[in-house]
Amino acid sequence: MISIFPSLLSGAVITLQLLVSSMFFGLIIGLIFAILRINKNPIINKFAYGYSYFFRGTPLIVQLYLIYYGLANIEFLRNSFFWVIIKEPYWCAIIAFSLNTGAYTSEILRSAFQTIKKGYIEAAQSLGVTKKITFYRIQLPIAIKQSLPAYGNEIILMLKGTSLASVITIMDLMGEARKVNVLTFKPFEAFITAGIIYLFITFIIHNIIKYLEKKYGFQT
Amino acid sequence: MELLSFGDTGWGDELFLATLMTIAVSIAAMAIGFLFALIFTPLKLSKNKSLNIIGNCYTTIIRGVPELLVIYLLFFGGTGAAMYVASIFGYDGYIEINAFITGALAIGIISGAYSTEVFRGAILSIDKGQFEASKVLGIKKYIQFYKIILPQMLRLSIPNLSNVWQITLKDTSLISVTGLVEIMRQSYIAAGSTRDPLFFYSVAAVLYLILTFLSMKLINKLEIKYSKGY
Repeated sequence: MISIFPSLLSGAVITLQLLVSSMFFGLIIGLIFAILRINKNPIINKFAYGYSYFFRGTPLIVQLYLIYYGLANIEFLRNSFFWVIIKEPYWCAIIAFSLNTGAYTSEILRSAFQTIKKGYIEAAQSLGVTKKITFYRIQLPIAIKQSLPAYGNEIILMLKGTSLASVITIMDLMGEARKVNVLTFKPFEAFITAGIIYLFITFIIHNIIKYLEKKYGFQT
Repeated sequence: MELLSFGDTGWGDELFLATLMTIAVSIAAMAIGFLFALIFTPLKLSKNKSLNIIGNCYTTIIRGVPELLVIYLLFFGGTGAAMYVASIFGYDGYIEINAFITGALAIGIISGAYSTEVFRGAILSIDKGQFEASKVLGIKKYIQFYKIILPQMLRLSIPNLSNVWQITLKDTSLISVTGLVEIMRQSYIAAGSTRDPLFFYSVAAVLYLILTFLSMKLINKLEIKYSKGY
């Protein structure tokens, strides 16, 4: 039991790296698409909706396979500069996870934007605040604060999602657990220990979000 | 397009059967999840501390660990556990548990945790007066549950159960790692033998989109039907 711990912990580090980088890129993507979603132009709107519909309607593993196996099939990409990125399973996983979490984040932020009381924006308008400043100083902070609980759930969902990286040969926590299982034929030890580590990470994330909610939470 | 034709030359019929398999596993998993939810919802709502802890442990642990972990645990651990139990009864042969059963059970345990939360929320949102009224009328506890609480709970949880169904449907794609031939596994096989992963995984994505789209339509209809008069 103790002997498998170091290898699992080294896997947990990879899991956390995957999580942090895909949450970072996912947040940027999500923010962009949330802004596109509240845009009144129907074409831009439909495009953003289609993006989130696709990534929320298909399993993460399909998206991962499409990017890891599928993109390598395109001759044009293979000869281009992108090949450096998409030949690495690690980057493929980050791309897939970022796009996936970006879709969910965009929905979370969109609903947060739409539930902002009209009065705030009208008040800003009547005070002569420009549209840009209204967005950056009023709408955006309120939306981010309002979406904290939902975003916390999304981080935990993504943590669970990163375990899929193990099917494309990345040795994350799940990959290490699988290796231990294969080497020792002790599935319960390997997977339950990994499960405890996952639960521990979930617990920490949950508490950080709870703390942030308490400190910055916004009630309308 | 000829790759998708039915018959010996194309993968159409295989993919069609695989889609049916995905639907079958999802429905089986959802049903198993309901059973788990019906057991664990009362535990979560119970006033008894230790029962409460059991209920909370189930939902917290299952929702806190990756789905893949539950599947691997049942798939690799299940065989060993079954053989151990069988050895107590004097059977020493190799037992292989059906991939369908393992998969449906694993996904069922996961969707059960989500369903439990949905049912709990639904029961909590039922007006307290109804519990009190049935108590005053001297209705027995289990009749109260079956005739008053359960029907309302089911109606109230339809919208959220539709989310659980979507999650369950997408989670079944993970069973492909254990070798059950559903959409994902079939696309993997097809992609491997034709060397055209881009095409077949796109087909898989489209199939999942169709499934989620159709089930959304169906559930919306159910929701409208059962919310008549409220």
